Amino acid sequence: MTQYLIRRLLIAIPSLLGISVVLFTVLALAPGDPFEELATNPAVPPEVRAALRASLGIDDPVHIRYFRWLAAMLQGNWGFSFVSRVDVDQLILQRLPTTLLVIGASQILALAIALPIGVYAATRPYSIFDQIANTLAFIGFSLPTFFTGLLMILLFSIYLDWLPFVYRANIEATGWRFYWEHLRQTIMPVLVLGLFQGAAWTRFVRSAVLDVIRLDHVTTARAKGLPEGRITIRHVVRNAMIPVVTLVALQMPAVFGGAIVTEQIFRVPGIGSLLITAVLANDTPVIMAVTFVFACLVIFFNLLADVLYGWLDPRISYR
Amino acid sequence: MTEDDLRRLIARVKSGRLSRRGFVKRVAAVGLTAPMATQILAIAGAAPAASQSVPTYRPTRRGGGGSLKILYWQAATLLNPHFATGTTNQDGSRVFYEPLAGWAGDGTLHAILAAEIPSIENGGLAADGKSVTWKLKRGVRWHDGQPFTADDVVFNWEYARNPATATVTSGSYRDVNVVKVDDFTVRVEFQQASPFWADAFVGSQGMIIPKHLFQAHNGANSRDAPANLRPVGTSAYRFVSFTPGDTIRAELNPNYHMDNRPYFDTLEIKGGGDATSAARAVMQTADYDYAWNLAVEDEILKRLEAVGRGKVNIVEGGGIEFMMLNAADPTTEVDGERAVPGSRHPAFSDPAVRQAMALLVDRNSLEQFIYGRGGPAVANFLLNPPRFRSPNMRWEFNVQKANEVLDAAGWVRGRDNIRAKNGVRLRFVYQTSVNTPRQRTQAIIKQAATRAGIDLELKSVTASVFFSSDVANPDTFTKFYADVQMYTTTMPQADPQRFMNQFVSWEMSGKANNWQGRNIVRWKSDEYDAAFRAAEGELDPIKRAALFIQMNDLVVGSNHVIPLVGRPTVSGSLNNLRHVLSGWDNTLWLLGDWYRET
Repeated sequence: MTQYLIRRLLIAIPSLLGISVVLFTVLALAPGDPFEELATNPAVPPEVRAALRASLGIDDPVHIRYFRWLAAMLQGNWGFSFVSRVDVDQLILQRLPTTLLVIGASQILALAIALPIGVYAATRPYSIFDQIANTLAFIGFSLPTFFTGLLMILLFSIYLDWLPFVYRANIEATGWRFYWEHLRQTIMPVLVLGLFQGAAWTRFVRSAVLDVIRLDHVTTARAKGLPEGRITIRHVVRNAMIPVVTLVALQMPAVFGGAIVTEQIFRVPGIGSLLITAVLANDTPVIMAVTFVFACLVIFFNLLADVLYGWLDPRISYR
Repeated sequence: MTEDDLRRLIARVKSGRLSRRGFVKRVAAVGLTAPMATQILAIAGAAPAASQSVPTYRPTRRGGGGSLKILYWQAATLLNPHFATGTTNQDGSRVFYEPLAGWAGDGTLHAILAAEIPSIENGGLAADGKSVTWKLKRGVRWHDGQPFTADDVVFNWEYARNPATATVTSGSYRDVNVVKVDDFTVRVEFQQASPFWADAFVGSQGMIIPKHLFQAHNGANSRDAPANLRPVGTSAYRFVSFTPGDTIRAELNPNYHMDNRPYFDTLEIKGGGDATSAARAVMQTADYDYAWNLAVEDEILKRLEAVGRGKVNIVEGGGIEFMMLNAADPTTEVDGERAVPGSRHPAFSDPAVRQAMALLVDRNSLEQFIYGRGGPAVANFLLNPPRFRSPNMRWEFNVQKANEVLDAAGWVRGRDNIRAKNGVRLRFVYQTSVNTPRQRTQAIIKQAATRAGIDLELKSVTASVFFSSDVANPDTFTKFYADVQMYTTTMPQADPQRFMNQFVSWEMSGKANNWQGRNIVRWKSDEYDAAFRAAEGELDPIKRAALFIQMNDLVVGSNHVIPLVGRPTVSGSLNNLRHVLSGWDNTLWLLGDWYRET
């Protein structure tokens, strides 16, 4: 097991290096300039722009810039934002709590929807409940989040005027009011993301449970006269959860990566909106750091999923 | 009416023999607009200086106004005015920092940290135009309690001009010399006689940062200054917290140097999202008090206004959407460069073709169907302040006349309906950035051009490429490897000198200057160059205004530059919010004067 882990971690190094090279080259090839706004401003002479570029080292050749970035990254320095003039890790850390709160809550909501509904629908396939759950799940994952988000804003904020649609990370209130305000502004983004994810997972849980429920050991359990509830929980769900756990584990990096579109719609100051503003502003160090950290998380959770797999399913062994 | 007549009239106003209203009436009779007339009086020193430019502030005590919530759909990313690229960052910095004076909505100066606006009468302006002396307001304190003095002002000059610091504002400071006269007086000295003296320490370029917090960070270590993210200024609101790209929070400054200001106890500026929902958050749900730069279709704004909670504010400035017809030849490549300065465009070198192009632009439709109130049709390139607006230019949309002009010049239609002469076909590449109103404008103009036998090939380039300074990319607007292009240019100050230098021959964009010259159309006129040189040193404000009007007429008259629509700034606010906006300065330039009517 330890040997396996070490081997996997060693394999991760070249893949991370490869990812970083690809990311860096793509960003270097992409057109644009962080000081584009200065170009149309006649009050800023072109020499100023040139001096700014030079001071941030943008004019150096790509490979030199890459190795400089790599050396800094190895020392734990994530880079320096061209646009905000602060260290990138500071920018990311500022936004992490909001992202974890909103995206985390939406993933929990998605699980809370997908597990019971998926399992119940699978134990009664093609019943009325199953049909309705199926239809809703299809609708749920066919509607993109930017559409449901706008729909909800229109309904709950504009017509009913119940919920605010601008997310504010700093609420000046204490005690109950603080939690209440936070709840009110988090409901819509969490619902939009949670329902979308939940719908997809419901379909997945249902098919996973259906696969297991037809197996012989379930029939045996029934023949033994065990109560139906116990069969479902002990003998069906536990086995059906193996692929679901992998799926959920692989989804975890997204919790840190944020949700670009939804964050933009509700003005949630998360990692997703940081990434999109960085892309629009050509702020390469921020884009690089966010995408690279994201890549690390994907690799890490992949490994975690593989390890979890073996723990859940003793038939799998590591060599 | 000649210049002498004008002078005689102004002299009569000054001596009291003619009322100001009488003056306005007389000049209106010869075609000058009323705002222009009052401005002439103001610059000639015959009107109370800048008195009407800022509305009266009514609250009678400091604070008690609750919170002020402002929504920006782009968020500030840093709070040091000397590194502020773009208006959002300047606005964010402006919440905390103040300049010596700001530009009011009518293009006149309004004293903020200065005790008075320098003038010849009060001895602030040297008669030879080579220096300006600013008297600073006394008793001003930084948010941390330190006194504000001339040392701070001089330090800002040292900081901004330091090449190692690489500030965005260096253009305003590197060519001047700043001298401390006493603790509350500074003198800005120019190399030549400078009629435009209000650049350093004024407006968005002039916000003053405290010496005691920044002096250790003047140079390559400027990025390490803690105050870059925790500003300590002199303004009406002091710093509470800042999340780059998201929120700025501030609170009332109890020691502010203006009486009874500010009105609001707390301030929040939230960034991100999109313009349309920002308009809704103000005008429909009233969650916010003010929404910045509503680049939203006018139809939607009108519907939101109908709700009755908020209104749209349209503030005129110098921004203009215009077309340029390349004077150089964009197809022939010489030594790795196209559109070489000095080369001649095969078709646009004929004035008839340029005139026809100008006649084919239906500005009325652009205003009516695309831009609405956010883009009034214009005939001039230099639109504002009114004292610089030419009364001589007219625009016309007339396809028939365009056809006649082309026929007369010998451009005959071929079998494919495209006109040609001596093997040159009227087939042009018309480029702009990707932006819905621009693509619709292109379509409208192409349609009219087809009717006149001119074929336009429409090209749109992503804004981040089009407006970049990337030397390797052929699609940037400064390279202008196309026949026609269109974009908006803005005027950062109420003085047109920086603005009108984009047509002087020594600024021509080309390989020699890495395409960083300002004259992108590559138009050359000796008359224009001479007028610009004269305006640079002309100290008489009236003569100077006349020179800029002449420049406008020359460049617009050449039809190499075709003005389309003005681009005033559009914003939304609640009906009861009393704000002070200006097209010549940042949105938040006089935030301390904002209040709510109850």
